[in-house]
Amino acid sequence: MLGFIGRRLIAMVLTMWAVSFVAFAIIQLPPGDYLTTYMATLAANGDRVDPATIEALRQQYGFGEPYIVQYWKWISGIVLRGDFGQSFEWKAPVTSLIWGRLGNSILLEGLAVIVMWLVAVPIGIYAAVRKYSLGDYLATIGGFIGLAIPNFFFALILMYLSFIWFGETIGGLFSPQYEAARWSPGRVWDFLSHAWAPVLVLSMAGTAELIRILRANLLDELKKPYVTTARAKGLSEFRTILKYPVRVALNPLISTIGWLLPALVSSSVIVSVVLNLPTAGPLLLRSLTSQDMFLAGAIIMLLGMLTVIGTLVSDLLLAWIDPRIRYGSK
Amino acid sequence: MAVQTLTRPAVDTVPVVRAKRESQFDLMWRRFRQHRLALVSLWIVVAFYLVAIFAEFLAPTDPGAYSARYTYAPPQGIQLFSTGEDGSWRLAPHVNGYASEIDRKAMRRTFVIDPEVEIPVQFLAPSEPYLLAGVIPMSVKFIGVTEARAPFYILGADRLGRDLLSRLIHGTRISLSIGLAGVTLSLFFGIIIGGFAGYYGGWFDSAVMRVVEFIRSMPTIPLWLGLAAAMPKDWSALQTYFAITIILSLIGWTELARVVRGRFLSLRTEDFVTAAQLDGASDWRIITRHMVPSFMSHIIAAATLAIPGMILAETALSFLGLGLQAPIVSWGTLLQDAQNIRTLATAPWLLTPGLCVVVVILAMNFFGDGLRDAADPHGR
Repeated sequence: MLGFIGRRLIAMVLTMWAVSFVAFAIIQLPPGDYLTTYMATLAANGDRVDPATIEALRQQYGFGEPYIVQYWKWISGIVLRGDFGQSFEWKAPVTSLIWGRLGNSILLEGLAVIVMWLVAVPIGIYAAVRKYSLGDYLATIGGFIGLAIPNFFFALILMYLSFIWFGETIGGLFSPQYEAARWSPGRVWDFLSHAWAPVLVLSMAGTAELIRILRANLLDELKKPYVTTARAKGLSEFRTILKYPVRVALNPLISTIGWLLPALVSSSVIVSVVLNLPTAGPLLLRSLTSQDMFLAGAIIMLLGMLTVIGTLVSDLLLAWIDPRIRYGSK
Repeated sequence: MAVQTLTRPAVDTVPVVRAKRESQFDLMWRRFRQHRLALVSLWIVVAFYLVAIFAEFLAPTDPGAYSARYTYAPPQGIQLFSTGEDGSWRLAPHVNGYASEIDRKAMRRTFVIDPEVEIPVQFLAPSEPYLLAGVIPMSVKFIGVTEARAPFYILGADRLGRDLLSRLIHGTRISLSIGLAGVTLSLFFGIIIGGFAGYYGGWFDSAVMRVVEFIRSMPTIPLWLGLAAAMPKDWSALQTYFAITIILSLIGWTELARVVRGRFLSLRTEDFVTAAQLDGASDWRIITRHMVPSFMSHIIAAATLAIPGMILAETALSFLGLGLQAPIVSWGTLLQDAQNIRTLATAPWLLTPGLCVVVVILAMNFFGDGLRDAADPHGR
């Protein structure tokens, strides 16, 4: 197990390095460098450009130097000092802007994963055990539709319906009075009463996918002789199914988190924009449209890291549950 | 005992059993037809692509034609029959006109459908001359009103009084073609890179596979957004269109490369490939003549299943304002108008493009699934 964890950790560090490289490439993509844009903004605002400040910034970020040197200055600042650079739009260090929003992103995505599992597992089991029943067909059709509706479109429909039916707009994560408050039962309740909509939207596609996989897995397992044996020994149907085949069928599901996460993080960006949530998504979009590249790069990198870590967790979880993976060659 | 005379049948009376050969395509088509849902989906997909091809003919007006008099005019629908004074029915396709009221409180004009006013509608109506698909000169539209300045908004109008139906039809062309173009490009890279990796194996294979895994483990929308944001703002519509296609394929090729590689790996050790190698055929010949035909159908199915993802991605990017830009009409840019709740409450019909997305995605998924099942030689 230790060897397995070690191997996975090394792979993760390599992937993270690749993620950071991609994020930096995106920072570098727009024509001109950060500094010229910064000076242009300052000049446009009528601010005086202090040559000393510019020179200091030039030194700090290594502008004009080769790509790899600039990358090194950027990444070493992050790794050694936790410094993600400056956001010139907000005139603040990137770090002060992103952590709270990233926390909200993680919270929402975590909730979505939990909801996905809570909904998908019972439905998937039901659909497999009662194959070709009405419920099974409904689950299948619902699954297909769930996969076909773009999540931002679903969010729009939800917004429209709640406005028509209840006369209120959904959006945001907190009411104004709880915005900056500390966590308290009232704030948790307020959060939940706002968060249901984004969580519902985010978990829909994943739920559909999980149901499909679980149903297929379980159908394979139910055919196996050990299930017949369990029945022949007089185990109640409920115990027969839950105790053996379901446990086996759940294993591959855990590994699906690995590829559900990128999709989830992706869709949370766009859903947050539609529902106006204080997560990393709208900040990313804003920073990209205003070419605030250090902020954008930091968010892209952190979202990538988040995915990589999530995948690692799911891999370790799977290895812990399923010894075949732990002891397998790789 | 009757004498049996054995006569030898004349040669020319032997019924000639003509060996009927079914090509791989025939076999696939036969299996595919058994899949009802896939068959229906195929027709839906074909219908959408026909709409895309004949967009100028089908759209009642120019997608950019605006009219300040009819902002947010609700859908008129279309009535085929007209009721006379005595309650009799006659065939007279028409749309109803609008009666506008000024809402004093909200300080804006609202429209209601006025059933009294009938505006006759003509199929194959003469129109301004235009070029169908940019080449064929025509001067007739599929449907149109006979009165020159009468309002004609079957699916309603948007903020600038532009006809949603016309825009939807033109948007279909862009959205569907970008899906096809993106998949074609992805397929090109996927086959080349995946093919090399699968056929030669070794370090190149593992390097490619690491890259594929890495790209697939990244959240796509932030990446796409980052790339799309780097597009210079002054690019023309055509340049943006191709740039978006390339951006989508940068991630799209990975899935197809994986499929192609898997096929190559499994075929490489097949006897017929070994036989060809022993015959001294070149690698190029083995790949193009022996291996590719044996999995082409499978690849086509995989490519079909990749199109919906492309369409969704383009819609999402354009919706966020970083994909295609305003003068180009796509489903994504159309949905951009429906972004805030105030607009939605006034004009819920602006959500129709989303409905088109859902229908096309569903149909393509079913069609692709059916195709994949049909292409699988071991299926059923």
